[in-house]
Amino acid sequence: MWRTGKVNKTNNNAWIGRSIARLEDPALLRGGARFADDLATPANVCHAAFMRSPIAHGEIVALDTAAARAMPGVVAIITGAEMLAHSAPFITGVKVAAPQYALATDRVRYVGEPVAMVLAHDRYRAEDALEAINVEYAPLTPVLDAMAALEGLVLHPDTNSNVLHERYFSYGDPEGVFAAAAHVVAGTYHYPRNSCTPLECFCVIADYDPGEDAFEVTANFQGPYTLHTVMSRSLKVPGNRLRLKTPPASGGSYGVKQAVFPYVVALGVAAKIAGRPVKWLEDRFEHLTAATSATNRVTTLRAALDKEGRVLALDWDQLEDCGAYLRAPEPATLYRMHGNMTGAYAIENLAIHNRVVVTNKTPTGLMRGFGGPQIYFPLERLLDKAAAELGLDPLALRRRNLVPSGAMPYRTAPGALLDSGDYTTSLDRAVADGGLDDLLSRRDAARAEGRLYGIGYSVVVEPSISNMGYITTLLSPEQRDRAGAKNGALATATVGFDPSGAISVAVSSVPQGQGHRTVLAQVVADVFAITPKDVSVMTEHDTAKDPWSIASGNYASRFAGAVAGATHRAAISLRDRLTLIAAADLNVPPDEVAYGAGRIFAQHNPDNALPLGRLAAKAHWSPLSIPDGAGVGLRETAFWNMAELTEPDEGDRINSSGAYGFIFDFCGVEIDPDTFAVRVDRYVTMHDAGRLLNPMLADGQIRGGFAHGLGAALLEELSYAPDGGFQAGTLADYLAPTVMEIAELTILHDQTPSPFTPLGAKGLGEGNAMSTPVCIANAVSDALGREITALPLTRSNLAELMLEAEPPGKAKVFHGHALEGRGSTAVPASPEEVWAILLDDNRLAAVIPGCHDLVKSGDNSYRADVTLGVGPIKGRFAAKVALQDLDPPQSLRLVGSATGPLGRSEGEGHISLHPTREGTQVDYAYTVRISGKVAAVGGRMMDGAVRALINLFFKRLVSQTGVREERFDPSFWERLLALLGVNR
Amino acid sequence: MRYLEAGKRHAVRFTLNGELVEGEAEPRLLLSDFLRQTLGAYGTHVGCEHGSCGACTIRVDGKAVRACLLYAVQMQDRAVTTVEGLAAPDGLNALQAALQKHHGLQCGFCTPGILMSLEQLLEEEPGADEARIRDVLSGHICRCTGYHGIVQAAVEVFGEVFGKR
Amino acid sequence: MKPAAFDYACPDNVGEALTILAERGAGARICAGGQSLGAMMNLRLMSPEVLIDIAGLDELKSIAMTGGAIEVGAAVTQAELLAWPDLAKTQPLLAWMLPWVGHYQTRQRGTICGSLAHGDPSSELPLALAVLEGEVLLASRRGRRVVAAKDFQLGMMATDIADDEMVVAARFPTAQVGAVSAFHEIAQRHGDFAIVAVAAVGNRNSVRLGVGGVADSPGVIELKWPVNNDQLNDFAWSLGGADDQHATARYRRELVRRIGRRVVDEVRDALS
Repeated sequence: MWRTGKVNKTNNNAWIGRSIARLEDPALLRGGARFADDLATPANVCHAAFMRSPIAHGEIVALDTAAARAMPGVVAIITGAEMLAHSAPFITGVKVAAPQYALATDRVRYVGEPVAMVLAHDRYRAEDALEAINVEYAPLTPVLDAMAALEGLVLHPDTNSNVLHERYFSYGDPEGVFAAAAHVVAGTYHYPRNSCTPLECFCVIADYDPGEDAFEVTANFQGPYTLHTVMSRSLKVPGNRLRLKTPPASGGSYGVKQAVFPYVVALGVAAKIAGRPVKWLEDRFEHLTAATSATNRVTTLRAALDKEGRVLALDWDQLEDCGAYLRAPEPATLYRMHGNMTGAYAIENLAIHNRVVVTNKTPTGLMRGFGGPQIYFPLERLLDKAAAELGLDPLALRRRNLVPSGAMPYRTAPGALLDSGDYTTSLDRAVADGGLDDLLSRRDAARAEGRLYGIGYSVVVEPSISNMGYITTLLSPEQRDRAGAKNGALATATVGFDPSGAISVAVSSVPQGQGHRTVLAQVVADVFAITPKDVSVMTEHDTAKDPWSIASGNYASRFAGAVAGATHRAAISLRDRLTLIAAADLNVPPDEVAYGAGRIFAQHNPDNALPLGRLAAKAHWSPLSIPDGAGVGLRETAFWNMAELTEPDEGDRINSSGAYGFIFDFCGVEIDPDTFAVRVDRYVTMHDAGRLLNPMLADGQIRGGFAHGLGAALLEELSYAPDGGFQAGTLADYLAPTVMEIAELTILHDQTPSPFTPLGAKGLGEGNAMSTPVCIANAVSDALGREITALPLTRSNLAELMLEAEPPGKAKVFHGHALEGRGSTAVPASPEEVWAILLDDNRLAAVIPGCHDLVKSGDNSYRADVTLGVGPIKGRFAAKVALQDLDPPQSLRLVGSATGPLGRSEGEGHISLHPTREGTQVDYAYTVRISGKVAAVGGRMMDGAVRALINLFFKRLVSQTGVREERFDPSFWERLLALLGVNR
Repeated sequence: MRYLEAGKRHAVRFTLNGELVEGEAEPRLLLSDFLRQTLGAYGTHVGCEHGSCGACTIRVDGKAVRACLLYAVQMQDRAVTTVEGLAAPDGLNALQAALQKHHGLQCGFCTPGILMSLEQLLEEEPGADEARIRDVLSGHICRCTGYHGIVQAAVEVFGEVFGKR
Repeated sequence: MKPAAFDYACPDNVGEALTILAERGAGARICAGGQSLGAMMNLRLMSPEVLIDIAGLDELKSIAMTGGAIEVGAAVTQAELLAWPDLAKTQPLLAWMLPWVGHYQTRQRGTICGSLAHGDPSSELPLALAVLEGEVLLASRRGRRVVAAKDFQLGMMATDIADDEMVVAARFPTAQVGAVSAFHEIAQRHGDFAIVAVAAVGNRNSVRLGVGGVADSPGVIELKWPVNNDQLNDFAWSLGGADDQHATARYRRELVRRIGRRVVDEVRDALS
């Protein structure tokens, strides 16, 4: 199927629609492309490193940077106090008293939150100085779970709740329909935190000109340029005093590099204070811990159905967790899908209850699929559940509910204007061409052999080209009236000829690997009938020199529809003017002018021709010869907007995106009955994303989105321990799929052009990040015969879902990082003697493992400098120890904490002394919590480390009694270790 | 014995893509940083600095290894090859051309490392089958492509090279 | 993510390395391939004062048959042992396990002995040494000694190597006539640390089963034929193990029971 959309002439030689090789590739393949960290910096640049919070929640009691300041190579150290003095809090879409600065000012609210910044001559020395900064925290109870946040400690003291936003929406008559419905199905689903983790981390280079009070920043930022306003406001300068440049190449983003913006402010302030340029390159540990995340969401979804399986109404209850701060553009994840909350289905009645909470986790932001996986996981799971309850085939149920053929453009209940497509036909074609029957036979055969094989489906509408007004749906109509309308999705592009007659294109998009240069060259080549390699496309962007607007940037899949479309408009305008020049030179009417093979000629007399470049050059060299009406200067900037992208109406209906693609996926999975490993056997994805500008690149986008979706389904999670410790600090802990985990993908296309975009194209790079997680989950559910309510479907998670009662065993088992244990040991001294050791400063110092220096800080409380570690991993910590609940000589409680570059631990132990014939039996119970770096990268080591330290504590206690260890039963330590569950 | 003190810079000399290069490095300076910052060989990218992602993979005496897990001072008198050394000035080599043909790269950040691994495999095991190619590629993370075009490109080149032998 | 400052020593022979170790003790760290050490130093989990690079010492680069064992020098990389032509016939278990160690790229730099000295309980090589009942040769200025596998690894990244000692070689006994071995590993992804790795060596009388990835060091048990599920269950529980973000302790025990069964049965079937 091929329709040409708005391009009038069908041109078989068109570059658009062809899978040409990318113009970007030679430089990338030869190592010659220039990424942010490859750009030259001034000789006086200094390098930044961040001190980050090791705890999830706490007050900063003391911050001592004196020792670090004195270290060699250190230029400056910047803390929250400087941020308060030189910057304003980031503005947000929701007006709440929860300010965020680029550095923590008084309280830390997530592990990895920046607390201080070191500037030094090189990164190595900057990191050296981080180790010399001492921060004292007074921990607060962390709030981690979104549900718990509703009742938990309030993170931001000037708010009265962790719920920073709440709204109810109703479209049609959901209450009435639910009350009368033949069937109601419901489910609660949890979407996890994950991230697309681009291979290139964040990079910012900032300089400040005090004479102009202006900042010049280069960052691998990707937009949206709404954030330029957030940054300039935070830096307290007008937008024209924050010149933001992006590098020519960017190492992937998938939305993630939006979150570089707080660091633009941090580095800007740093450059201002240091009086010299400052550079920061984020490292992988920082990126995973603290860059950004998809929102985790708890959704309770109900559907009302009739007897035939028609979905009459949906009732969404969405609890969105945006992490510690609501950072722009959040809570956009919750609203991007608002217009298409009915999916690909014709559902007239809809209720939505939205809440946004803050928790002690990294703030969230843009991520491939942005809001899509969070809604399609519940929606498409629930449809499977509905089909099962009604005894219907899950695919038949879906097909029955699709927006019907011929209904396009179709206005959904919450306001989306689905622009084009024939969902039923595309679905049917995918069933046929994708080999569903064969897959069903495969499942039958596998099941006949007793194997765990399942098939999953998902149907998705993929929005692209975000309406700048969608986020205002969170405001009430009255609030919106006061704030003023926000709408549209302005795109800009500039096309021009230089004096040599060569053509260049610049756009306000910031590609991160999608091949924009190639596609734009194709678009422009068609307009002038030249070849793509004749077209030079600039992908660096400079807010001081290039046209741009708030919607600019590389996000919301807006390239193919909006940016390529704007480029087409600019090129057409330019051609229209060149045509007038040519008509004069060729002495023919303008409609006689034709383009071909780099020439301009008279259509009916092709020998009457001039080289295109020569005519274009004429506009520069001989402007007086240009005919009236052709203007001066051959350069056109087009601003393109979409009339359909209006602000929300008084009924809260919002056309949240400009174009909507259609996706239907199905897959077969097999699960290993022993290990619960999921193998994706076959995966078919059907897309209708309108006109494909370069099918090879389109497929590349689909494969990339699929890889992210598969990772989200099976492997990836930015996981936190119950105490708020972050657990996935390396790429050995955050599990992106490798070539071994990825599945083969069959891609099918329909191409129903969008009537609303200049080239008929829609976005398609995010769709499989939305459709694939739930498609795989549905297949796993089908294979196991169990409801799936959470992701990722790791082997261990599936095992916990499936395993029956375990055969009993004897050993004590520890759980997570909230390390707990109890034990007993014999000490050859009386309880009074043991008591005396514990209460004597010097002897206590000798008992505490790694203690260098113990200073009394109060009654039975001490500060100490200790070296702790596991095996060769050792670090210095500032420790606090207190003895409480003293009941001499019978029992006491030992409470302590240790903070250092490796992280922070807290623990307490209850010790009781019982006299025996040989001396004293010491019974103890302890709990330990560990967070920070060592927990994020060495989760596997924690139990062993704690047990080894407790082991050492008692060994030293015994030695303090003056008894030589040799006098003991040699099996003593073995027994102790056995009690602790340690076997050698 | 060569003994280099911490905090001081020491002369380092090795061949990079066949040419003798020299610079100074503290013992702790990572080879990846030395290549990029001291020698200006920006083609080698840094993605994780803990050996997991494979972006910084280069060849030392022919072996594909992680530059982030080596120190510049360890390269004394060694032969280092990076992506800049693969192709003639005006073209692409077989693997590079095949990656372009099969759209085996998008952002291209992981690509130089992948090329260095595949180059060694192609030299030492031109008969490697797809399973072996995948095993070698599993030491690289690509977040853009889903690996499809990379595998296709490699399988095609290995088939051609082996066919000619 | 940059390492703290350190002195770099590149000794000309083992004697020089031992001299530095004797002088600098716990502040010194041997670096052979540095594939684990380098990553931990970049994260500043470890910050040795002096790094002693032994990768270039010819005297540590040999793979030799000595007294019924394959003796692997401390500078032999995992890739070099994997490519050793006699490996599959002299010790097939090692030949099966080595491809699971890291990746192609890290095996070309990472050494056999370095992995043992690092003592990560989720790594394959400590498990291989334990289940094969191999030995580690240690040297210091005080002399040389041989430590049996069961006495070598003491816990999580803790070994019996004294501060002034270094590993000079590891010995993996060759396969006995009539002995059979098997190996399976369950990891989240190809090349990841094992959630559970199970290796077994058996003969007509018994099977020796080793498990990595669960306890702080590889767990080994010797079982007479026939092996029943209760024995595997008891073994699974005895290993302890804890929940982490990748797997629960319970899942690990289940894998020990199930994969343990699979491996034991493979050995039994191959023997019959």
